[in-house]
Amino acid sequence: MRTVTVVGASLSGLYAARELRAQGFDGRLVIVGDEPHHPYDRPPLSKDFLTGRADEDRLALTDAEDAGALDAEWLLGVRAGALDPRARAVVLADGRTVTCDGVVIATGASARRLPGPAPAGVHTLRTLDDARALRAELTRGARRVVVIGGGFIGAETASSCVALGHRVTVVEAAPLPLLPQLGAELATVCAALHRRGGADLITGTGVGALRGTAAVTGVKLTDGRVLDADVVVVGIGAAPNTAWLTGSTLALRDGVLCDDGCATALPQVVAVGDVARVGGIRAEHWTSATEQPRAAVANLLAGRTTHHARSLPYFWSDQYGSRVQFAGRRLDGDTVRIVEGGLDDGAPGADGLLAVCERDGRTTAVLSVDRPRPFTRMRRELARQDDETERERREGQAAALSVPHRRATL
Amino acid sequence: MIPVCRLEDLPRGESARVGTTPPVAVFHTDDGELYAIDDTCTHQDASLSDGWLEGCLVECPLHAASFDLRTGQPTCLPARRAVRTHRVTVDDGVIHVHLVAREGTAA
Ligand SMILES: Cc1cc2nc3c(=O)[nH]c(=O)nc-3n(C[C@H](O)[C@H](O)[C@H](O)COP(=O)(O)OP(=O)(O)OC[C@H]3O[C@@H](n4cnc5c(N)ncnc54)[C@H](O)[C@@H]3O)c2cc1C
Ligand code: FES
Repeated sequence: MRTVTVVGASLSGLYAARELRAQGFDGRLVIVGDEPHHPYDRPPLSKDFLTGRADEDRLALTDAEDAGALDAEWLLGVRAGALDPRARAVVLADGRTVTCDGVVIATGASARRLPGPAPAGVHTLRTLDDARALRAELTRGARRVVVIGGGFIGAETASSCVALGHRVTVVEAAPLPLLPQLGAELATVCAALHRRGGADLITGTGVGALRGTAAVTGVKLTDGRVLDADVVVVGIGAAPNTAWLTGSTLALRDGVLCDDGCATALPQVVAVGDVARVGGIRAEHWTSATEQPRAAVANLLAGRTTHHARSLPYFWSDQYGSRVQFAGRRLDGDTVRIVEGGLDDGAPGADGLLAVCERDGRTTAVLSVDRPRPFTRMRRELARQDDETERERREGQAAALSVPHRRATL
Repeated sequence: MIPVCRLEDLPRGESARVGTTPPVAVFHTDDGELYAIDDTCTHQDASLSDGWLEGCLVECPLHAASFDLRTGQPTCLPARRAVRTHRVTVDDGVIHVHLVAREGTAA
């Protein structure tokens, strides 16, 4: 393989580039990114960057030495417009074409927006430019902020806005925020963090319309209420950036479909990070974006799937001074058990909380609020179990496959 | 020289956090060695004394950067800078850390 193009110059793209070099690829490495910035870390955007505790230098994912070691051609500020497998080319929006024999798709996801025009004062939070714009508004004196969506980014943004002294209301259409991720019991616990932290939480009602023409003045809810607002943050999730792959023959269904080694149906094309649906799951977590590139690159260089990406979901979130960590695969119907700490008026007590989800006597997932040490132990144990089940499954598969093979050689 | 705790109160495989500024983490490895490093991960904001101790390495509880307790050097990403290491002694059964001066600033 002489040229590899990484499309997407952020977390998973950078990790893929590093893996390419670490795994011995010494050909031409091209990294295409539509943002003008060198790779930076997104998680702090809604946390320490918004509150001003971390400045832009702290977001950088590379420095000159690290970037030098990659020996890559960076094409920044230019979007990939198409992947043409027959011509073995990535076609850029500015008309240039990069011919290559390997492609890593790492185009991530984009913040979902409300339909219709967005008046001034309405923000999303996905990119550094988004965060700069929001921060500029928030440092202009006390404001009334409405956060639409109670997911992790919504919750972190609300928490940061409270820390900056703003009046904050979070609106969540579902009966509870984070319901699909955490289930009712644990979602209730996390929802209580808003109340304890000093933000209002309105659930079970959607957003009807934004008020204001030039600048936003309020948010009309579907139940008829109107919330006054000078700043609105729309945190209603992210959609994978796959539009540029239309016509590439790749299967796209809420992400780029991959096997569990991040390989697509096209030889020499792998996908990693938020854009990739790996073995049926699209994880939008920092840790998967940094772990998947190892297997993806090994498979790209091998030309077939020899490695499987690790898959135990893990994410963390910082809200209202608490660190929330979650790992595992919770299913509806799992029993929830609090194993350490406890609740104080519905919210995690001052010394945190460790809760596990269980099914048939086995732990499926673990949630921690300010209990990193036991959480880490349980997360590792879950990962170990996961690897074991995975190995058994594969060995079972291999055994099943080897039967006809042996017969054939008799 | 700062007293941490009695040696018998820090069994092998355990760690303790010392509330100095900046805080320090003391580890008692499974092999019986004692090490002290700065507690705050150089990547972002996590306490290494809450991390996972394996041999002479500690893994950060937030994003799994791993540090060598003997040198303070990270052995994998996302951390890229070393944590400072401090000397540890046991006097009369009590663990003490000897803080190194902070670089650059006069200590
Ligand atoms: C505010 C915020 C806070 C977060 N906090 C946490 C957290 O606490 N914990 C956690 O686990 N995760 C968190 N995440 C999620 C984590 O940041 C993502 O999982 C991670 O960034 C995914 O990396 P990626 O490289 O796959 O995608 P992205 O980071 O989305 O990067 C994709 C890049 O590709 C570019 N691109 C897209 N299309 C094209 C194209 N056609 N041509 C060229 N370039 C293109 C994009 O502009 C972008 O720069 C957070 C995310 C955000 C936005
Ligand atoms: S804070 Fe330690 S690895 Fe990120």
